[in-house]
Amino acid sequence: MIWKHLGLPVDASAHGVQIDKLILWVHVLMIVLFVGWGLFFLYTIFRFRRGANPKADHDGVKTHASSYLEAVVALIEVALLIGISIPFWSWKVNAAVTESPDTVHIRIVAQQFAWNIHYPGKDGIFGRSDIKLVNEQTNPIGLDRAGDPHAKDDIVTINQLHIPVDTPIICEVTTKDVIHSFFLPVMRVKQDTIPGMSIPVSFTATMTSDQIREQLAKTITLPSEQKLEGIVALQDYAGKDGKAIVKAGKSVTDAVAKKLVEAGITEIRVGPRVPAEIACAQLCGLGHYRMKGFLTIHEKSDYQKWLAEQAEE
Amino acid sequence: MSAHTHDHEHHHAHEPGFVRKYIFSTDHKWIGIQYGVTALAFLFFGFCLVMLMRWQLAYPGKAFPIAFINHLLGEARMPGGVMAPEFYNQLGAMHGTIMVFLGVVPLAVGAFGNYLVPLQVGAQDMAFPKLNMSSYWVYFVGGVVMLGAFFVPGGAAQSGWTSYAPLSNITVPGGAEFLSRILTGQTMWLLGMVFLITSSLLGSVNIIVTIVQLRAKGLTWMRLPFFIWAQLVTSFLLVLAFPPLEAAGVMQLMDRLFGSSFFLPSGLVISGKELAVSGGGSALLWQHLFWFLAHPEVYVLILPALGIVGEVIANNTRKPLWGYKSLVYAAIFLGFMSFVVWAHHMFLTGMGTTINAFFQTTTMIISVPSIVILTALILSLWGGSIRFTVPMLFALAFLPMFGIGGLTGLPLGLATSDIHLHDTYYVIGHFHYVVAPGTLFALFAGIYFWFPKASGRKLNETLGKIHFWVSLIAINGVFMPMFIQGMAGVSRRLYDGGTTYLHAQDVLMLNKVMSHSAWLLGAAQLVFIVNFFWSIWAGKKAENDNPWEATTLEWATPTPPPHGNFTQIPEVYRGPYEYSVPGAKRDFTPQHLPQEV
Amino acid sequence: MSADIVIPYNDTDRPDTGLYNAKLGVWLFLASEVMLFGALFSTYILLRVGAVKWEHGADILNIPLATLNTMVLIGSSVTMVLSWAALKAKNFPRYRLCMGLTFLAGIGFLIIKTIEYKAKFEHGLSPATSTFMAIYFTMTGLHALHVIGGMIVNGYLLGPGAKMWHTEPRRFTNRIEVAGLYWHFVDLVWIFLFPTLYLLPGKGM
Ligand code: HEA
Ligand code: HEA
Ligand code: CUA
Ligand SMILES: [Cu+2]
Repeated sequence: MIWKHLGLPVDASAHGVQIDKLILWVHVLMIVLFVGWGLFFLYTIFRFRRGANPKADHDGVKTHASSYLEAVVALIEVALLIGISIPFWSWKVNAAVTESPDTVHIRIVAQQFAWNIHYPGKDGIFGRSDIKLVNEQTNPIGLDRAGDPHAKDDIVTINQLHIPVDTPIICEVTTKDVIHSFFLPVMRVKQDTIPGMSIPVSFTATMTSDQIREQLAKTITLPSEQKLEGIVALQDYAGKDGKAIVKAGKSVTDAVAKKLVEAGITEIRVGPRVPAEIACAQLCGLGHYRMKGFLTIHEKSDYQKWLAEQAEE
Repeated sequence: MSAHTHDHEHHHAHEPGFVRKYIFSTDHKWIGIQYGVTALAFLFFGFCLVMLMRWQLAYPGKAFPIAFINHLLGEARMPGGVMAPEFYNQLGAMHGTIMVFLGVVPLAVGAFGNYLVPLQVGAQDMAFPKLNMSSYWVYFVGGVVMLGAFFVPGGAAQSGWTSYAPLSNITVPGGAEFLSRILTGQTMWLLGMVFLITSSLLGSVNIIVTIVQLRAKGLTWMRLPFFIWAQLVTSFLLVLAFPPLEAAGVMQLMDRLFGSSFFLPSGLVISGKELAVSGGGSALLWQHLFWFLAHPEVYVLILPALGIVGEVIANNTRKPLWGYKSLVYAAIFLGFMSFVVWAHHMFLTGMGTTINAFFQTTTMIISVPSIVILTALILSLWGGSIRFTVPMLFALAFLPMFGIGGLTGLPLGLATSDIHLHDTYYVIGHFHYVVAPGTLFALFAGIYFWFPKASGRKLNETLGKIHFWVSLIAINGVFMPMFIQGMAGVSRRLYDGGTTYLHAQDVLMLNKVMSHSAWLLGAAQLVFIVNFFWSIWAGKKAENDNPWEATTLEWATPTPPPHGNFTQIPEVYRGPYEYSVPGAKRDFTPQHLPQEV
Repeated sequence: MSADIVIPYNDTDRPDTGLYNAKLGVWLFLASEVMLFGALFSTYILLRVGAVKWEHGADILNIPLATLNTMVLIGSSVTMVLSWAALKAKNFPRYRLCMGLTFLAGIGFLIIKTIEYKAKFEHGLSPATSTFMAIYFTMTGLHALHVIGGMIVNGYLLGPGAKMWHTEPRRFTNRIEVAGLYWHFVDLVWIFLFPTLYLLPGKGM
């Protein structure tokens, strides 16, 4: 759980620990260097202030210890580079193209200012899309549902990415217009979407949304000063009469909060309703800041259910 | 030689008129001052833009409290006093552009380079004085064009200082008429850049030729002040790195004005409509050309600063710089390496393993010469007799501040950790530490240090110390929290500072801390501005021509140096930092004196 | 007292570097020009490699005219060298002649270029037509601007600037050498442009 100590977002991915580990070790190196040099620096300017040392020494430092120090720093950098960074990258690139039988493929088509998520449907094959067929309201990615049989069962959502837990996912990211950047903080995934290119990124979720929500649990005191929005209770709360006021997983709104206070409950455990998001990390125009999507991680069976529901619509 | 013409002219010599002396002057010192004042004004302006942005970041969606400014900016930019998102983006792009291209580079190279290079190499002027004048004026025009962009329909450029295509190609493209396409923010930005690049080219060719050709007798390579080396390497970077951006600029102009599609791949759909261009271009091409310049550019920002810090440290420790040769070689090596790291800004554009490994490795390599330089500067303090003058305070603060900025470059340089940190506030924190409390502090050190040479008066110490301490505290208050936000994953260039994102919730309140620090920083600059203008007229007179008891040649001139600089062409007898020479009576031995005194 | 300023090595070589100022200056300038055109040639390569279709220059561009232009430009480089040699030999009238011819060749080049451009526009070909045409217009256009720049310098040295021959002949000769270096560079760029744009085969057409 390196992320907890570094102030990083929750890490709910299989590979994330590698990234976090590297961030940790580089920062250890940085802090050691900074503190070391900093102490030397402070001591030096104190000891050699004019008042204490009216006559400067023409030669100053005579040892060459600093060269060794520089060599050691360079070696540590090389170690991090060869030990973690380069191997990780080649793993990442390879993982994005090798697949196992249960790999889930999803296409991500970014646009100003939304994420179109394209699932291949039952047949497992993405239908053809054609820019001529694009209609912002009904068919944002221009899927050829009439012409291509593979397209018939495809599922397209906007800003809603759903994936199963413990399953390798390969997202092919691309864009209709400008460069965006597909950022899943809790998955330690970030990939620029480049017009004219389709770039695979792979990851495996190790926690479901519910588990992530547990990680983000907070106890809040009621009545709250802020408006309550987008949070759910993490356990059941019942009034004095034993009747449930709010069940685990259900929204806590201002109205609910009022009832809770009336029932004498002033501290509740809550978590965010959607505990994982898609962020756009690259400036893509005036709506860049609101180009947010949602990531939901299901148990494997729930994922199938969700797919089935979507297919019906 | 032209001895007879010179004699001939001498008889007719008369004071040049006002215009020749103050506006179209060919005197490198006056041009330096012109550069300096213009660049400081731009820096201040760029800072004002960001102070405005910081309001929106701290209080997203709230009306800006100064009605007069809202009125000035108008309803289009500040509807109901609340900043429009496109205006936020304009401010961001223009802040970056102005600070880098109109502020720091003209100040570091244009002003300090122009003013000091001929003085420190013992020359009467730059090698090409008329060219020098024109480079200032081309810069000026570039600045006017850039600023003019705020007034065209649709407002200034709004695609970041990086102007990534295709966003920059398609944002406010202008109408069907040619003129309406020229009068758009992005086109003005491109035209402005063409001027600025041309100006930098002329200026840096001039500096290189001056250093190589006009060095005084006896001033061998290894006797050059470190500042001169820094300017030399910087100028080479400008000469070689800027043209590819010029090429890119020309191509984007073609795209915007003549409908070509260098940066537009086929099949783009903008707001539901297919973009009607021939396509076949490459969006990444722009990034490669841009970073091929912009990475060396960051060393253009830092090298002159390192040079200034070196001069100030040697003078105020009263001892030579430690490891002069290693400083020089590291600077040269840094210059070379800076051409082969550019794609570390592009790790997430879909790179394969090999290219990625290459650029990570070169990035780690380039951190080594920086560490060597910083180490040498810190070790130079050991054994000194340190005077805590205002320039020295700024130079000393530079060291750990650059240290923070430089060290935080390392996790960005390793592609694996960059996955999480790329395009977050961590990056913003990284580079502001190197450019703001780094370079800007070094430039302040330089201003406080050379002000007495240029004006004959010293800046006020007390005001200087207030300026220093308040700036130091405030600037850390602005940029330190950025690392925390960045780690949490908050993206940069967010109009609302990340308000809606879940991962930002715990660090949102830092936005207020940063904004208030930024305004405090702004207040501290007022102290400096007052000090600056007040001291020109009424500051304490410098004791003599060499008030800091320094060794380099610029102090061997009358104050302020007259046209032609030296009363007698100097000859150089020793290295640049002969302070506290054992056996000498005084603790400094100027370069131009034949004997120790 | 502006008259007191003497910039050394304006007309003589500095012993340790073996250069006079303007010569170093122009070499640096040319280095930056190499980077400018280098970036454009790299663009050509990058876009071509990534393209599905690429025109064969010979199919749409006018090779005979371009060949003629190549000769004109090479010829002008020769007269440029001759004009410098004439000054070295202290033969000012011959300088005038050779420099005049260089200037005329520049005009010739631009006329031919204009004819070529006009034909393209008449056929509806513009930078918006294809990446190939965009590169063609950008590179040849930028090159033509360089020719115009060179002609302004040459024209000045031929006309008002030539007065210097009578006051500072050495410095004037150096100016011609420097202008010549630039002119040869412009010539050289064309020699790369010509095969790249006109002769290289297309792909996928
Ligand atoms: C002056 C400017 C400057 C300087 C010097 C540097 C220096 C470095 N930079 Fe930085 N950088 C920028 C300006 C600068 N940078 C800018 C402007 C951007 C963002 C552009 C944008 O996207 O808008 C950027 C972005 C940037 C990125 C891209 C990040 C991303 O977008 O994801 C990377 C990645 O490799 C990087 C790396 C480095 C490295 C490894 C160094 C190394 O050279 C640093 C080496 C230095 C050290 C290692 C310090 C050593 C010192 C000590 C050890 C002493 C400590 C002292 C005391 C305590 C007294 N930088
Ligand atoms: C040299 C470069 C430079 C400098 C010095 C600065 C200085 C500062 N910058 Fe900036 N900044 C950039 C380059 C720079 N910046 C770039 C390239 C970007 C990215 C843009 C993009 O996303 O495209 C950026 C982005 C950026 C952002 C992020 C915006 C976003 O992502 O949405 C923020 C946010 O706080 C910020 C703040 C500041 C602050 C508070 C300062 C302060 O440190 C300012 C301090 C200023 C002074 C101290 C002024 C000194 C001058 C005077 C006092 C004048 C005196 C005058 C006379 C005497 C005549 N900058
Ligand atoms: Cu899409 Cu930012
Ligand atoms: Cu860089």
